[in-house]
Order: sequence, then C-alpha cells, then structure tokens
Amino acid sequence: MNIKALLAGITCFGVAGLAAHAGQDAKLSIDGEVLTTQAAAPAHTENLDEIYSGWLFRSGETQALQLDDFDNPGFVFVDQAIDEYSKVDGSAGKSCASCHENVEDFAGLRPTLPRVEGAELVSMEDLINNCRTERMGAEPWKWSGGKMTGMTALIGVQSRGLPMSVAIDGAAAPFWEKGKELYYKRVGQLDMSCSNCHEDNYNKMIRADHLSQGQINGFPTYRLKNAKLNSIHARFKGCMKNIRAQPFKEGGDEFKSLELYIASRAEGLAVETPSVRN
Amino acid sequence: MKIFSLITVAAVFCASGAKAEPVAPSDVKFEDGAVVQSLTGIVGDPAEGREVFKGRKLGNCLACHVNADMPEESFHGEVGPEIAGVASRWEEAQLRAIVVNSKMVFEDTIMPSFYRDAGYTRPLEGFEGMTILTAQQVEDVISYLQTLKED
Repeated sequence: MNIKALLAGITCFGVAGLAAHAGQDAKLSIDGEVLTTQAAAPAHTENLDEIYSGWLFRSGETQALQLDDFDNPGFVFVDQAIDEYSKVDGSAGKSCASCHENVEDFAGLRPTLPRVEGAELVSMEDLINNCRTERMGAEPWKWSGGKMTGMTALIGVQSRGLPMSVAIDGAAAPFWEKGKELYYKRVGQLDMSCSNCHEDNYNKMIRADHLSQGQINGFPTYRLKNAKLNSIHARFKGCMKNIRAQPFKEGGDEFKSLELYIASRAEGLAVETPSVRN
Repeated sequence: MKIFSLITVAAVFCASGAKAEPVAPSDVKFEDGAVVQSLTGIVGDPAEGREVFKGRKLGNCLACHVNADMPEESFHGEVGPEIAGVASRWEEAQLRAIVVNSKMVFEDTIMPSFYRDAGYTRPLEGFEGMTILTAQQVEDVISYLQTLKED
C-alpha cells in the first residue's frame, strides 16, 4: 500500500471549500453594513484558495452576538476606553485626546499594522505605549492588559469594515519572511506548526473546537471563554501552550513578525474588532 | 480474563527474574514501519488504554479521531482517520510504531509522537525531556486498539 499517496489524498480534503457546518452561509451585517468575511486568498498565501474570517466558523449563537453592538460584550471595554482616551495621565498632563482630538481620525490605521518604522516592526500596542512614555510621560501599559486591549479595540473599531492590507515588501520583507518561517515551524511537545491546524485542517473539529484559519482581522476579540478582550499575542501564546510549546514573549520580535505574516494572510478580509469568538 | 492477564504478568516477572526496565524512547527499534518488541514486556490493559484514548490529559486521541466505540463522549475530532476497525487495518507492531512515533510511518503527519522525549523545539517548561505517554500507557493503548476490529 502506498501510504504517502493515501495521506496526500486525505490532506486534499483540508483545502476544499467550507462544508456544511452551521453558520457558514451567514452574512456579517452590522448596522446595515455587510463586512467581508470571505475573499480570494492573496497571491503570497500560496496554500489557500479562499480566506475566511473566524466568524464563519462559530455557532449561530456566537455569530449573533457580533451583529449588534448593543449585544456585543466587547463594547463594554470599548466604552471604558472612550473614557480612558480623554483621561489625563503622566507628567506632561496630557491625555490621548490632547494630541488626537477625534478618535475617528484613526480610521484606516488598524488594517495597516504592524508596520515598519525606522528599523523596527511596530504593532498598535507599541504606538500606544510610545505615546504614553514619550509624549505623556506616563507608564507603559501591559501588552495584553485590560487598558491596552480596550484602547486597541477603540482605535481598531474606527477601521471596522476596511480591508486588511499590511505592507510586506521593502523594509517589511525580512520581518514577513521571519514570520512565515515561524508559521511553518513545528514546536512544542506536540510538535505542531500553525499551518498544521490552521492551513491543513481548518474547518474540521478538533475535539469540541471547530478549527478556523486562525485569521486575526477580528482582534482584539472578545472571547466567551474568558469574558474579556484578547490581544493577538495573547492568542498566539495560548495556542503555543496548547501544543506544549514555550511561548515567545508578548510584544517581542517573534510574535510581531508572526503578527505581520498572519495579518498578510487576511488581506481583503474586513477589520471586525471587537469581534466575538468562543 | 483478568486472572489470565495476571498470570501472564507473573510469568513475565518470573522469566526475567526482576522487574524489567521499559525500553527507553531512544532505543525503540523501527523496522518497515513497525515496532515488534513490546515497550515493557507487560501485556497492555485494554480498559486502561480506553481511558488513555479519551483522557484530555493523557493521549487525547479522541481530539483527532472519531471513535464509534465511545458514543458516550460528545466530541470526536475529525483531523485524523476514524478509529473503528483499526485493528483490521494494522498489525500490533504497526500500531505500536504509529503511536510511538507516527512520523516514522507517515512522513509530515500532524500526529504527535507519544513516546519520544527528545528532538523537540521549545518544549513548554515542565515538559522538557518528557514523553507524552509512559511506556505502559502506550502498551495499554495498543491493547485497546486491538479490540477494535471490523465486524
């Protein structure tokens, strides 16, 4: 028997279109605006034909929570961030609003991050903490703490509906390559890569979980599991622990590169934050 | 049945004259996708093996394999092939090879190696140098899987 050929055949099923799981024909429509949850995969994502928002992989009940901002528990934290936005903090006596009067002006920022500034790759958390320490004279926030995830959601939601589009060429290219390498690298005692689950086996059940493509266009995301907003890096950390791998540091170069690479795989999907997931 | 396996265990003990050490993970011999030698010399307990199969902190095999023998469990994974009739498709020695280190049988498989303690990248603190299952747990799973024959 040719086992390899057999396995190759089995793997093929993994890249077929979404099958008959609940909720996958649903439309994500919020206040009359339909958000793009499915698109043709970008050319640089050579192993996928179509890309799908994680929203499509959730049950009808979970999906419904994201259809109305009054039902969406993530907005509790967005509202808190609105208060925080105009709160003076630090030695310079400034708030966010002192320099950025209208938070709406951040529309268009979320889908372009992370991006290269100088010689560094920066995520939204870096931009916020840079403002806090350099302009406000305030303490930096913890990468995945409540104040930070609330603020990244508030700034992110200004771009809701806009297509993800990070730059991956030029100065970003080496970071993107590094992120891609990490995406396909097997780690941990279970010896798995991101791609093993989220590229080769999405749309299948792994015990009680319906595997998605691991797209990050909905982050920070409200998870029913822990009833709070979750940062992208905290989710990476959770995945690594699940496969018994020692996680990289939140805010470190590895996770930022991985964030860039995974964001690039979502090119064309709508920004959804604050999305609702399991 | 129970008494019979007890006698077998006693016989193994007597034959070796002392408690035998399990085969170390690095000493397991693969030949043509099979591991003929038992890891412990003690016949596995299928009832224990069934627990290992579904235990989330043990083998958690059910996370990836639908198992018709466990209708009482609500969630069966779909990542790997169904387990029903597995003993009619594979010999005992092949099953042992697949559980110990499936990559020796199926190149590039997602399936973890359940009896390998080295060669990992960034194992989580507390799991360094550890196997997922003990040698006896592997033998228990093999014995359990051998009960799953096609009708």
